[in-house]
Amino acid sequence: MRPFAYERPADVRSAVATLGAGTDAMYLGGGTNLVDLMRLGVAEPGTLVDVTRVTPAAIEETPDGGLLIGAGVRNGDLAAHPLVRRRYPVLAQAVLSGASGQIRNMATVGGNLLQRTRCSYFQDVTKPCNKRSPGSGCPARTGDHRNLAIFGHSESCVATHPSDMAVALAALGAVVHVEGPGGARTVPMPGLHRLPGEDPSRDTVLEPGDLITAVEVPALPLAARSRYRKARDRASFSFAVVSVAAVLELDGERRVRDCRIAFGAVAHVPWRAGSAEAALRGAPATVEEFARAADAEVRGARPLPLNAFKVPLAHNLLVRVLADLAETS
Amino acid sequence: MTVDLQLSVNEQIYPLTVDTRETLLDTLRERLDLAGSKKGCDHGQCGSCTVLVDGRRVKSCLTLTVTVDDQPITTVEGLAGEDGLHPLQRAFIEHDAFQCGYCTPGQLCSAAGMLAEAARGWPSAVTPDVAADPVLGEEEIRERMSGNLCRCGAYPGIVAAIEEVAR
Repeated sequence: MRPFAYERPADVRSAVATLGAGTDAMYLGGGTNLVDLMRLGVAEPGTLVDVTRVTPAAIEETPDGGLLIGAGVRNGDLAAHPLVRRRYPVLAQAVLSGASGQIRNMATVGGNLLQRTRCSYFQDVTKPCNKRSPGSGCPARTGDHRNLAIFGHSESCVATHPSDMAVALAALGAVVHVEGPGGARTVPMPGLHRLPGEDPSRDTVLEPGDLITAVEVPALPLAARSRYRKARDRASFSFAVVSVAAVLELDGERRVRDCRIAFGAVAHVPWRAGSAEAALRGAPATVEEFARAADAEVRGARPLPLNAFKVPLAHNLLVRVLADLAETS
Repeated sequence: MTVDLQLSVNEQIYPLTVDTRETLLDTLRERLDLAGSKKGCDHGQCGSCTVLVDGRRVKSCLTLTVTVDDQPITTVEGLAGEDGLHPLQRAFIEHDAFQCGYCTPGQLCSAAGMLAEAARGWPSAVTPDVAADPVLGEEEIRERMSGNLCRCGAYPGIVAAIEEVAR
């Protein structure tokens, strides 16, 4: 591991000033991904700026009934919070389905959003990878891409974003609060993450020095009926093969009044399923209609030879989650 | 690059000069002669390095020592009290919850942290209603302990031991 300096800034402003100075410094949250990437030689910061003591670590109610979640909140505390569990079960379930108890105790909300892909080529410095080493190529396209993207990938990169939490936040329309060299601003999800295009080295729209300070989840009463479901290769402590976050509200005639849907592990971003949502609104809450909506979404998929199975998996997972939610409505 | 700090481990203070790259696991094992915590994968995937930091279970192989100089650390060597072994340690012996024993210190620290989480009402991925208080049965214990691997496959004994202490 390359030697690095360790700094504990006094507040958010001085943290941003440290990184904004054009250095090779990086922010350190829980370290569950970054420390491993440093050990693998994938990340080589000259300075680590530990932000765990300066980013807010509390969850507060906003005046309109939403939640403001500090970026320093640990994943375990987020999933355990009574208001998260009651108002946004999809968010609690998504967080609980990720990693292990120990990792969730360490990982922060801000760090979870900014974790890197688990594409095996990205994590192996002896292999080419356009995300890690721009211009070196993408062996995954013709190599091992079984668990990589089916939506929105490019010639340069077929990586997926590994977060479960981000999928729920994308479905809920969360807003990310950012403090940067130019001041404070907000970034609505799913717009925080970006498709790879010709520059897969950038996972998000954040600029150098930007620090996520909080994630705001809007008031969304229908989210009390929501669910996260994750298909994976083993029952626990495993990344998703495909996951889905869904919020469903029916009217008195059992038609879909409103819904929110996002897929995980299918793209470089948490994949908000706008086509499925549009097909569902106003439709009868039947398995046939749920299947039609899922068709509308997966029609846009461009699977690679080894991950074509993800298309029917995503379809069937969505139908099942919607059926489960409708059953309890 | 090095940093001077004081580390609080098992209620004892250790003044140290540490390389910023040093993980808590390496500090414990190589500097403090606390070799109970084990290095399995060194990537946060096996759980054999689990310790308690401020009462919460974490992976010491992914924890940089410089980040925890202001928090109390408990390792497997600190679990036993004045009146002998920790109830989890006694239950592990009673239920043959190990064969080679390599993962056991991590299992014990993880179980201690997990029982504290459950006592606070924390749900898990298998809790049927995430908003309700969980009931700690076999399925819940298996899910909550999934961050600790046992290559001997002593899981039935591990689950039984934890279930007994949870009651």
